[in-house]
Amino acid sequence: MMNELSNNAYLAAYPALADSLPGRDLPWLQQLRNEALQVFGQTGFPGNREEEWRYTNLSALGKTGFAPAAVGAVDADWLNSYRLDNAFCVVLVNGCFASDLSRLEGLEGVTVNGLAEILTQNPAALEGKLGQAVASGEHNLVAFNNAWFGDGVTIEVAAKQVLDKPIQILHVVTEAGALAATRNLITIGDQAEAEIIETYVGSTDSYFTAAVNECLLGRNAGLTLTKVQLEADKAQHFGGTYVKQAQDSRFLHHNFALGGGLARSDIHSDLDKAAECSLNGLFVAGKRQHIDNHTRIKHLKPHGVSREFYKGVLDNRARGVFQGRVIVAENAQRTDSEMNNRNLLLSADAEVDTKPQLEIYNDDVKCSHGVTVGQLEEKSVFYLQSRGVDEATARNILTFAFANEMADKVENAELKGLLLNELLARFPAMSL
Amino acid sequence: MLSIKNLHVSINDKPILKGLTLDINPGEVHAIMGPNGAGKSTLSHVLSGKAGYTVTEGSVTYNGKDLLELAPEIRAREGVFLAFQYPVEIPGVSNIYLLKAALNAMRKHHGLPEVDAMDFLTIVKSKVKLLQMDEKFLYRAVNEGFSGGEKKRNEILQAAVLEPKLCILDETDSGLDIDALRIVAEGVNSLRSAERSFLMITHYQRLLDYIKPDVVHVLADGKIVKSGGPDLALELEEKGYSWLEGRAA
Repeated sequence: MMNELSNNAYLAAYPALADSLPGRDLPWLQQLRNEALQVFGQTGFPGNREEEWRYTNLSALGKTGFAPAAVGAVDADWLNSYRLDNAFCVVLVNGCFASDLSRLEGLEGVTVNGLAEILTQNPAALEGKLGQAVASGEHNLVAFNNAWFGDGVTIEVAAKQVLDKPIQILHVVTEAGALAATRNLITIGDQAEAEIIETYVGSTDSYFTAAVNECLLGRNAGLTLTKVQLEADKAQHFGGTYVKQAQDSRFLHHNFALGGGLARSDIHSDLDKAAECSLNGLFVAGKRQHIDNHTRIKHLKPHGVSREFYKGVLDNRARGVFQGRVIVAENAQRTDSEMNNRNLLLSADAEVDTKPQLEIYNDDVKCSHGVTVGQLEEKSVFYLQSRGVDEATARNILTFAFANEMADKVENAELKGLLLNELLARFPAMSL
Repeated sequence: MLSIKNLHVSINDKPILKGLTLDINPGEVHAIMGPNGAGKSTLSHVLSGKAGYTVTEGSVTYNGKDLLELAPEIRAREGVFLAFQYPVEIPGVSNIYLLKAALNAMRKHHGLPEVDAMDFLTIVKSKVKLLQMDEKFLYRAVNEGFSGGEKKRNEILQAAVLEPKLCILDETDSGLDIDALRIVAEGVNSLRSAERSFLMITHYQRLLDYIKPDVVHVLADGKIVKSGGPDLALELEEKGYSWLEGRAA
């Protein structure tokens, strides 16, 4: 054990880093971090000896030595190109909350704060909340985040508030070699409704994002959360979203995994009685990109509904992973669950590993799942050619159409437009 | 405009067309009839450039060019249009997008600027009316969930927008009820002109009641075995094909 981890650059650097992390004087947080460090210290970054990491080996990350960076200069035009005009905006630079770049004027019924700031000024507000939706035992990247997170944002929507504009969390990395370990805590009060969009981008090439979102949805609350992952080509990305859904709550997630060299998403939700959960996802990978999506829906009480639809497009030597777990507990009768994963392979060297898993512990349920892996249909390519479209464009049109089905599910028109442009940039077809 | 000489075509080394010769002049409507397996669809596929067919002998000249040398999309841009026997469903691509992409590809090929968005809509809507289609069809995915008749009408709509020089209709009557057949035929008839030629491939005579051909050919065992005027179609309807099989034109 020690031999394997003796060269883990992160463990070696931790003692020097620890004093600069926020909340050093808070015993409850110290306990959380110490436990996390202990878990992470046992085996380091997950490797494919673990079932949940069978297709994605991160053990090489241990040798990289990315380190926390401060907020630095950010090119305004570049940053603004990712901002949504019609949204409040929280900007995190290298993982640190940048209040001067954020746009939060006019917020009503919702409290938005930097996490480090709250841990200094009003730590009681977070005690007992951090770590409620996920614990270090989940896996070692969660443990890593627990021990290393330096900042992030807390968003608290008061009960019965319905936000009239979405909130964007714009996560940018500008320093080469930066480790951006962020923790966001999102609380949606009873009967409240909100839309949140996370955008991950980098203006430098090589860095490591390790982000964890905890989302707590109150009774009959609604949250639409969209993740737009556009990390730089060589970036390492881990983003986990862990949700606790109270009775009658509704969680809609869109996961667009388009960037990064090695990227892993966890989307996990635990559903109380009659809660609804929809997970949509699109992963598009080319070159030697590796994009892994892990979802887990736990129906804990009766009458829950879950819908899951993921699509993958893999080109060149890219590798995609979809693992979808649905767990229906013994007393979650009348659960209604559907899962679907469709994948398009554009090259002979591309690969996708897809693994739907249903674990059902009672008889009174309606559950289905389906998976396909295929290529573009040649008869469709020929049909477009026979109308004057050249072969390369025909293939792009068909690939774009396959992928765009997921962007089309996004209701927010501005966000949909941005996603459309990202897809068109990857599959240039004629202008629409 | 189209001159097919002694065309031999094989699929996986199996000869399908065995010396087909056919000349079509501008403005003419030719019908090719024949029993199943005679090679009718192979002919339409070879002319439009579908992969999987090997031309072992003969030539196809289209407006002075060697048609067989051209990529499928170039043939289309040069004015060859195939109305498919089984139009392909393309989820996620709207009819109007395909029409615009196709029209602009064609215009670019001929050195013309992209069509103005308003003009385009005007053109397309007039053609939609011509084919008695609902404008909603324009915004639906290409052929997805269309009935048989709607798919065939959609093929003719595309031809109406793209204004080809040579229009190949592959079993356009199959799967159509009598009302749909009439509408499709009216659409085709409205496209007839002194410059535009048609090659209609059909198993049954009934399409020819609505679209009057100038010349009728009988294709059997990979060759044209008899050619004649419109009356030949009626004779075939009466006698079937067996009396012609094995006979040279």
